[in-house]
Amino acid sequence: MKTGYYPGCSLEGTGKEFDISLKRVLKDLDVELEEVDDWSCCGASSAHGVNHVLSLALPARNLTQAQNQGLTNIMAPCAACYNRLLSTQSSLMKDKVVKAEVEDLLEDKINGNLEIINVIEYFQKIGVDKIIEKKKIDLSWLNVACYYGCLLVRLGDAGKFDDEEQPTSMEDIVAATGAKPIDWNFKTECCGAAHSISHTEIVESLTKKILDNAMAHDADVIVLACPMCHSNLDMRQLNIKKHHPDQKEIPVLYLTELIGMALGIDGEELGMDKHFINTRQLLDVQQQKKVRKV
Amino acid sequence: MSGHHSHKDPLLEEIEHLTSQNTSVCYQCGKCSAGCPIRDFAEESPNKIIRYIQLGLYEKALKSKTIWLCASCQTCTTRCPQKYDLARLMDALRQLAIKKGYKPDRAVYKFHKAFLKQIKDHGRSYELGLVRDYKLSNIASLTLFQDMDVAPTMLLKGKLGILPHNIKGKKAIEKMFKKYYDKKGDE
Repeated sequence: MKTGYYPGCSLEGTGKEFDISLKRVLKDLDVELEEVDDWSCCGASSAHGVNHVLSLALPARNLTQAQNQGLTNIMAPCAACYNRLLSTQSSLMKDKVVKAEVEDLLEDKINGNLEIINVIEYFQKIGVDKIIEKKKIDLSWLNVACYYGCLLVRLGDAGKFDDEEQPTSMEDIVAATGAKPIDWNFKTECCGAAHSISHTEIVESLTKKILDNAMAHDADVIVLACPMCHSNLDMRQLNIKKHHPDQKEIPVLYLTELIGMALGIDGEELGMDKHFINTRQLLDVQQQKKVRKV
Repeated sequence: MSGHHSHKDPLLEEIEHLTSQNTSVCYQCGKCSAGCPIRDFAEESPNKIIRYIQLGLYEKALKSKTIWLCASCQTCTTRCPQKYDLARLMDALRQLAIKKGYKPDRAVYKFHKAFLKQIKDHGRSYELGLVRDYKLSNIASLTLFQDMDVAPTMLLKGKLGILPHNIKGKKAIEKMFKKYYDKKGDE
């Protein structure tokens, strides 16, 4: 089972550890990805804000790249890329006029048959049983707040993979790792996304509410599957601490990093040294559990 | 059909074309604004923007800062009891505002422009270039040194590439942009 892989720009930069941990975990789970040839940026989250046809043409180029390569599906770990690829294919198949315009720009045809999935769906496909089977470390000491953010679940009329208000699919995977998913209120609240640089004050305020709610519900970590959310929730804790000296820290992990921890993979191999909020304490406990087992 | 002609404002026609929907379905329940993450930061609530359109006050909607502060989170769209896609209206209004030369929130607009430039030049987003171009274009906003404290850490951790990654199909992307702008006539 080879799945097409669209890493997206963030996974080469600020979200590098998402890519690193994903590939490392897949190695242990014996599954392979095939990267979309010479993929290009999907345009999120700027193009659709300023330019309709271009905002469709940019993701569409990757659909044609995948098609021409003989792929039948694409897994996009970044929630924004996933949302753009999925909604572009869906809206082009519904609107022949725009489709023709986009195809003219691309000088290629869209067949619209690609299955586009996110990282949660991908692990559902691999099967939680496989995670349970390969699990090496007990994570039952870890309370996890699953954070979906916006774009993973809010797909408009392009589809539905989980409930938009009370999603639970990430909790199922977290439960398979042995960690404890908690109930909390800010699972799908927006972190401010692309305003991170243009309106840092907005992002700071929104992320503070998310972090505080997770900690108020006894979360030890926040787990998510979006590089934009990660950089806002992880890196922007530094800004929050500047303005609120009493603010407590909470590590923010990619879902793939948590799975990797359960599989007994070392933190550095998962890219967990690349976070702004230190993950050392978590990894120390992980190592102790490892030793105890041996 | 009879020869009945509607005298729709061309702006309204364009909005409806870009959104494929009609604002008259909105009965102003305010659910969109109740869940909107940027409501606290914007002078005008999202439902007010639809109200402007309903009342024919298009200029007010196009000049509102709200359309630029919209984070495209889709909460409004997901919750609307009338299934009106408000996030798409915000996209359409931004596009029309640019066309008319209104940019009430220059920071957001400049960020988007700098972002698209990276794609046009390299085929992929180049974060260091994005931050550089955005900061230089927005020099008056005094944000030039903001985030300078995190940049070295990011470089050390390998999270910011020093050089852009140019894709093989770079030329094709550039051509696509050119073709699009030639046709549309804007930048």
